[in-house]
Amino acid sequence: MVEYVKGIPIMRPYIDQDNRGYWDAVKQHKLVLQRCRVCKEFYHPPRPMCPVCHSQDTLEWVPSSGKGIVYSFVNFTSDRMAYPAFKLPYSVVLVELEEGVRITANTHEIPAEEVYIGMPVEVTFEDLAPDFTLYRFKKRGA
Amino acid sequence: MRKVLSEYMERKYRADLKPPVDGNLIKNRAAIVGIGQTKYSRFSNRDELDMACEAIKAAVDDAGLTMQDIDGITAFTIDRFAMPMLVNCLGMRNIRYSSEVTGGGGAACGVTMHAAAAVVTGMANYVVVFRSLNEASGQRYGRGDSYAEYMLTAVTPHYGYHWPFGFVTPLGWAGVWGKRWMYEFGITREQIGWWPVVLRENAQKNPNAIFYGRPITLKDYMESPMIVDPLKLHDCCVDTDGAAAYIVTTVERARDLKQRPAIIMAAAQSCPIEQEIQTIYNRPVISGLVETWYMAQELYRIAGVGPEDIDVAQIYDPYSIGGIIQLEELGFCERGESGRFIEGGDNIRVGGKIPVNTAGGLLSEAYIHGYNLVIEGVRQIRGTSTNQVPDCELSLVTAGPGVPTSGIILRRD
Repeated sequence: MVEYVKGIPIMRPYIDQDNRGYWDAVKQHKLVLQRCRVCKEFYHPPRPMCPVCHSQDTLEWVPSSGKGIVYSFVNFTSDRMAYPAFKLPYSVVLVELEEGVRITANTHEIPAEEVYIGMPVEVTFEDLAPDFTLYRFKKRGA
Repeated sequence: MRKVLSEYMERKYRADLKPPVDGNLIKNRAAIVGIGQTKYSRFSNRDELDMACEAIKAAVDDAGLTMQDIDGITAFTIDRFAMPMLVNCLGMRNIRYSSEVTGGGGAACGVTMHAAAAVVTGMANYVVVFRSLNEASGQRYGRGDSYAEYMLTAVTPHYGYHWPFGFVTPLGWAGVWGKRWMYEFGITREQIGWWPVVLRENAQKNPNAIFYGRPITLKDYMESPMIVDPLKLHDCCVDTDGAAAYIVTTVERARDLKQRPAIIMAAAQSCPIEQEIQTIYNRPVISGLVETWYMAQELYRIAGVGPEDIDVAQIYDPYSIGGIIQLEELGFCERGESGRFIEGGDNIRVGGKIPVNTAGGLLSEAYIHGYNLVIEGVRQIRGTSTNQVPDCELSLVTAGPGVPTSGIILRRD
């Protein structure tokens, strides 16, 4: 679960030419992952070269199912280490997507004390500003 | 990726990962000959340049050198002042070599290696290695609110996948792999607690330690507040203001100087696949520290010794779990066994299987980005530690976990 403190900006991602496709898709409420057409391997974070075949023109954006399991997580419980725009406690989950890639995000409608390793989750999106959307993970049936 | 990492996936200490080294020019040819530090505190009321000058002067004096003997300088990439300013302040007129090493705390022994490489190749005769930081009273990398002060956008693409989710601070990033490690190997919080308890004991013998005079028990640990679940207050290093420096030269020159040399038997860096700055989440496993394992194999390969030969280890512990997991990767215990290994503390106390962080480590002595660990590693070789391991011949020091890392093995002449 994540709730924001009013008046403190939420940090935005750093967008460059290599990851623009990823963040543009998020704005359209889609999760895409980078895959090499030749090697068939997914890579995250997005990058300019396939680290296996060293090709720079075989990387493409592939839609993710958005489904996965919580591979690990932390709960921020103290203002000593938390980012002040977030109400405590808040969770950050590392989700292993069905494609094998792991990404981090906040949770949606899951209380911090209920998160566990192995929890089935799926992606959801929230528009935070006209030009700023983030993804989160909510519970799903196994 | 699994295939690429297959040798790590079956990890244990292996002397045969690669053939023995005979072309490593650093091995046994360079030494640390002078050490210096400022007072370690929570509020220095001085700037970092000021403290760097004091620590370097102390190291030069300790070695019995003059400032004009110093002709090389090596540092982290993240100092908040420009290196030439420091050279000006110290009145050094003979600098002909300089380098900076990346990786944050992972560079803590990489800087030693760069200095050693410079002196054995003749690019410099005496290289000073330093770090100065106001991590307690200045801008705190380890504090969540410090991120709000200076950025609305992540500073690099890779942080952009984490910071917008309030996923900030090394404690948060490490908590994710730490929790997975606890889950996979059944590590308990009590087991983890022995690391901060033993380190705090060690700090009680070191008057320069921030936590000198403030011991803790396992009960104190268990009752300390949760900061980022799974990590508690006493799992965190002590943010410190201070500076530390040391001098590296060749073994031949070292033998003419004031102090017993700490010979650099081996030095290595490592940056294996899918390395990030602590967010090392797209490796086949995250319940181990791949960079530390590869670094250690290289270190032992160069030195021609194994973990059973090491007398004392200074293990970089920015948070307890970052130190504990390294015990596995360095071969001091089996994979997944470090929790049981440190239970009760005897295996890691002086007199135990592998005494660690004998001055208190980053958790209880000070967080000078690992430089205080190198200095304690040197003291153990000199025989001048406040918590001395008897007849210490081989002293291992490591650098930051979860980042491009490094390590050194020091030995007695």
